[in-house]
Amino acid sequence: MSAPVLVARGVGKSFLGVSVLRDIDLELHPGKVHGLVGENGAGKSTFMKILAGVYSRDTGTVSLEGREVDFGHPVQAMRAGLATVFQEFNLLPERNVAENVYLGREPRKGPIVDRRGMVRATRELLDGLGIDTIDPLTRVGSLTVAEQQIVEIVKALSFDARVISMDEPTAALADHEVELLSSIIRKLKERGVAILYVSHRLAEVFALCDDITVLKDGALVSTGPAAELTPDELVRRMVGRPLTTFFPEKEEGTALGDVRFAVRDGGNDYVSGIDLEIRAGEIVGIAGLQGSGRTELVEAAFGVEPFTRGTVEVDGRRLRLGNPRRAVREGIALVTEDRKAHGLALAQPVLDNALLVIRGVFPGRTRAARHEVPGILSSLEVSARGGLAQEVRYLSGGNQQKVVLAKWLATRPRVVLLDEPTRGIDVGAKVAVYRLMRRLAKDGVAQVMVSSELPELIGMADRILVLRDGRIAGEAPAGATEETLLALAAGTVSDGTVDDGTVSDGTVAEAIR
Amino acid sequence: MTALAAPARTRRVLTTTAIVYLALVAVIVLGAILVSVVANRNFFSPGNIRDILTGMSVLGLFAIGQTLVILGASLDLSVPFVASLASLLAAQTMAGGTGNIAAGVGIALVVGAAIGFVNGAIVTGLKVNGFIATLGTGLIVKGYLDTNYKGTAGSVPWEFQLIGATGLGPVPISTLIMLGLAALVALALRYTRTGHHLFAVGGNAEVARLSGVRTAPPVIAAHVLSSVFAALAGLLLASRLGVGSPTVGSQGGYDLLSIAAVVLGGTLLLGGRGGVAGTIGGVAIFAVIDNVMSVLQVNPFLKDVVRGVVIVAAVAIYTGRAIQRRRPRFSAKEELR
Repeated sequence: MSAPVLVARGVGKSFLGVSVLRDIDLELHPGKVHGLVGENGAGKSTFMKILAGVYSRDTGTVSLEGREVDFGHPVQAMRAGLATVFQEFNLLPERNVAENVYLGREPRKGPIVDRRGMVRATRELLDGLGIDTIDPLTRVGSLTVAEQQIVEIVKALSFDARVISMDEPTAALADHEVELLSSIIRKLKERGVAILYVSHRLAEVFALCDDITVLKDGALVSTGPAAELTPDELVRRMVGRPLTTFFPEKEEGTALGDVRFAVRDGGNDYVSGIDLEIRAGEIVGIAGLQGSGRTELVEAAFGVEPFTRGTVEVDGRRLRLGNPRRAVREGIALVTEDRKAHGLALAQPVLDNALLVIRGVFPGRTRAARHEVPGILSSLEVSARGGLAQEVRYLSGGNQQKVVLAKWLATRPRVVLLDEPTRGIDVGAKVAVYRLMRRLAKDGVAQVMVSSELPELIGMADRILVLRDGRIAGEAPAGATEETLLALAAGTVSDGTVDDGTVSDGTVAEAIR
Repeated sequence: MTALAAPARTRRVLTTTAIVYLALVAVIVLGAILVSVVANRNFFSPGNIRDILTGMSVLGLFAIGQTLVILGASLDLSVPFVASLASLLAAQTMAGGTGNIAAGVGIALVVGAAIGFVNGAIVTGLKVNGFIATLGTGLIVKGYLDTNYKGTAGSVPWEFQLIGATGLGPVPISTLIMLGLAALVALALRYTRTGHHLFAVGGNAEVARLSGVRTAPPVIAAHVLSSVFAALAGLLLASRLGVGSPTVGSQGGYDLLSIAAVVLGGTLLLGGRGGVAGTIGGVAIFAVIDNVMSVLQVNPFLKDVVRGVVIVAAVAIYTGRAIQRRRPRFSAKEELR
């Protein structure tokens, strides 16, 4: 094997004293694709950002072509030949492809930008990848996600990058686009570019990668040739964590009632073929990879992007939930994924946030709700130093989330949709959220819980639906294993309902072949 | 690879600038018909064309500068006061002497550039929103004008007044100067790095930064040019009035009117998209509408109503086109199989 182009030794990083990455060793070789896999929060993105110069490392060394490097800025890394294609593209939608590729170092003849040369060079780079469908003069905003990704790759190549790292490059791509990306990656390999490839889709990882590194909870599990791993073994290494008794038991007297919320063959531009029945007192988990349509599903149910096909029933009545206001009136609540952008008025006090929905949708109940809010907040154990008058932006993430929950509890909802309800909050607040969910279940509320944390879904949900590419790929019962869910979400087993919560040995492997 | 065949490009979409000029043609046709039917006058008479083009030159100068600032996601509210100050400085320096023209123009432009630099420095260095920063500097200049001048001052020589008064056939010199400068600025936006970077910073400052663009210089340059263009407009106004005036800029309402012309020309108020060509189209639309209403002797208050309607309608049309939805994964057709 040739000499490695990039060597990382003992790389570690902590944020505010919390270690998120420890002692990572990894080598990238020219012309090889190196897969980096692990669950959410395993530290993959952090590691990539350290390589790219977005974060600085606390410990360890990184050397590029034999020289130790420490990049303070992504542009430094790119100039040195290490380019990163992030999930969030760094492109200007209003500018054309060539202008984006050469942004910040436009070629010049004298003081004049050499537009023709820029376009020609861009076209050559595209041709080199076998892409003839993208015109360098096209506005980037009119390109598909896959095409924009190609523009990012072309930008990397224009720096003559010898190492390209890609963060979940296929998360937002359709199948045929994934194929195109794979063919481009093979071309890059032929040119001797080393590629670090982060993906959740294990089938892809096995199809593309020569080496695979597994991270778990910020630590290195293994690094080595892909050929020495089986898919089953890989999934085991990624998961392999004992399930703690972190999740509260169901409250006594919780019973499944009638169907409260049902969607039959629902679909819109983002999800399709959704059949969903949630009973009173039930918690249905929604799993799926990033971009699989989880958020889109709950947004459709809440009328943000309403279902345009199929029917929706609440307590047996067929309804058209054309907008969120209508949904709120019908007793549906949505705890959004991004509480700061969509859940709270950050500059408003706790009380006003808690009354936001009541005032907006049920103004007649404001007076009564005002008396209830303190009770709701204290039952959620919200701690705000300034009490009800405290602006929510000064609260911790966990307390902010509790205020969001209080806002919805004040409406006495019958159906609660929770999108990543425990994202970015501390353990204590997480448990408070879980307890609340149990209490709501006992009170007969139907709940949907979207989460990327599989243990959380397994610990809380009565059953788990797995989404893939905007459709329900399968359903798993309460006791399902993480392996099962991952396999369904990543598309390594055929669709369907998993009866016993496990996939028999070999199924995953077969599907990948 | 064929699977990627350009879905968005098969449909040829009109650029915003094309829409602006189509609207201009429509306004001209409509205006010509109204003028000939209602007032029984010829819209295309040399005298009337001269009136329209004259109406374009001052607002055009303001709007060119405003375009640059808005492309960089800032705003410039100080322009009317800079123009007034420039008219006074020039008229006082010239003091009626032909030999002082160069000095008067020079001082006006240098002071304009200095105010622009201060604006740009406040916006980029102190991170004060452009709206507020230029409101502040504008007020400072206004205060200076109000305390030091009780009325018009200085006088410009006859030769300088000719700039505002002569023309080639029906085309005034001042309009030619304005259009020439517009062309220069358009070329600069297209063919200089600073131009490219101005679009980048205005479009997404973080993307620009992560691409290695220094984000301050293009914005400062835009502010300097905006104030210089405001000073030029002030010089042109002085040339027309024959004197400098402390209120000539603010009376015209050029701050908001220039922003309106820029937006009418299809430049995104949030920055990053647009250009000078559209702005000139927007200025022309305003000039034609004003002219038609003057010829028809429309109540001046109604003029503002029409202007207001035009601005709101234009922006509504652009916004309707610009709203970008998430790309659908499932088309309705696919489900009807």
